Amino acid sequence: MANVRLRLAGMVRAIEAKADPWSGTVSFGGRTHRIDEWEWAAPVDGAMYGVALNDEKEWEALSTEMNAPPYEKPPEGPVLYMKPANTINAHRRPVLLPRWVKHLQAAPALGLVIGRTAARVRREQALDFVFGYTIVNDLSIPHEQRHRPAVKEQARDGFAPVGPWIVPKEEASPLSSLTARVYVNGRLVQRADPSRFRLPVEQWLAEVTEFMTLYPGDVLFFSWPADAPLVTAGDVVRIEIERIGVLENEIALEQGGDE
Amino acid sequence: MMRRARVAWNGIVTEAEPLDDGRLRLPDGTIVGELEVMWLPPVEPGVIVALGLNYAEHAGELSFVAPKEPLLFFKGKNTLIGHRGRTVRPEGVNMMHYECELAVVIGRPASRVKAERAYDYIFGYTIANDYAVRDYLENYYRPNFRVKNRDRTTPLGPWIVSHEEVGDPMALRLRTYVNGAVVQEGYTGDMIFSIPYLLEYITEFMTLAPGDVILTGTPKGAVNVQPGDEVVAEIERIGRLINYIV
Repeated sequence: MANVRLRLAGMVRAIEAKADPWSGTVSFGGRTHRIDEWEWAAPVDGAMYGVALNDEKEWEALSTEMNAPPYEKPPEGPVLYMKPANTINAHRRPVLLPRWVKHLQAAPALGLVIGRTAARVRREQALDFVFGYTIVNDLSIPHEQRHRPAVKEQARDGFAPVGPWIVPKEEASPLSSLTARVYVNGRLVQRADPSRFRLPVEQWLAEVTEFMTLYPGDVLFFSWPADAPLVTAGDVVRIEIERIGVLENEIALEQGGDE
Repeated sequence: MMRRARVAWNGIVTEAEPLDDGRLRLPDGTIVGELEVMWLPPVEPGVIVALGLNYAEHAGELSFVAPKEPLLFFKGKNTLIGHRGRTVRPEGVNMMHYECELAVVIGRPASRVKAERAYDYIFGYTIANDYAVRDYLENYYRPNFRVKNRDRTTPLGPWIVSHEEVGDPMALRLRTYVNGAVVQEGYTGDMIFSIPYLLEYITEFMTLAPGDVILTGTPKGAVNVQPGDEVVAEIERIGRLINYIV
């Protein structure tokens, strides 16, 4: 049971609630409800920035490529990408698979929700600027190139389910214990934890806010793409992060268009 | 309203209408001088989509082959700053340059818009000066955020001019002045990917919302700027956006 901030469909603002993902219940307003009896909304509406090339396993796999054209050498500064407002999606809402694509990569990610305006923060104080943690399903159309921003692959409508809620950091376990598990159609396909991060999140917060301010409600997220599953229409992707919660989304075939 | 600014004045943030004599009319009729207000970006976009290498000559100058499809990247609201604002040149860098760009402001939710209908979805236009600090260029997701997403490096304004008032946005002269001297000149008709094409391309995969902004790229003529410089980005039928390097 954790105290969380959540937003249901129709709520303009997040509310405080008690949640127990493992029994599948949330309590607020003096009543207990089943999680699946609600339509959910994403608990955040700020900017969502991903830190790329932070997964040690991915970094190792790319070590040769990173020293060849067009990259020439491994990156020195943070490599960031953005999931803009149109990509934000909610727990149990479908993610649409474009009709010309066979698979999407569904990378689990730990989201740090910013609590106070963070500019030029020092590594030692970085977590003071974090309100809490959430789960991000960082969906993309599989792509090899990292030379140019992968906007068409990463920024389609609905490609960033986030939630189901935010767990304030005081309520959560230590960062190092936040193990992610990904299930596709109920089968465990990936397990990863923050020991795989190339640099600690505090270090990234310092490096990122050295040149760009993060605002309350913004999310800086850290994914584990190296062994993330490829999913297709009909698949249900369930990302669990220990003591944070469970984020579940079905992949559905996109309808309409006139191709 | 044909021209719309956003300013801070007397402890409030308010819409304002620029008048021909340079003064501003507030919604309650109060008239204020242009130096009595703090100019804010005229729109608070949810999403900012920017274009790289969208003018043939600029693409050539940076020794790149013109892209086959639009080179898009995103920017955060941390980058925006209003007319007459100050932008920091980081200490010790060798190359920081302005980029005068026509900024498109979306007026209606736009999803899968056809190029022929693109202008129906555009509220109006403003000017952006999308500074880049080239020292920080790296070859990953280039142009990377450290080059293009720095705090207060994207002056936007001074105001929005409606689409009807501008007429054809593909027929506008752009000019940048540093300390009064012309350093960059271009013509929106030289864009590789036109505004209608871009709107169709972008909204095929992402829905744009009212207030979202597309920065359409910059023509040739990018040169280094130094602390103390006054940089003016000017676009015909829109206005002059002033910024100071510190």
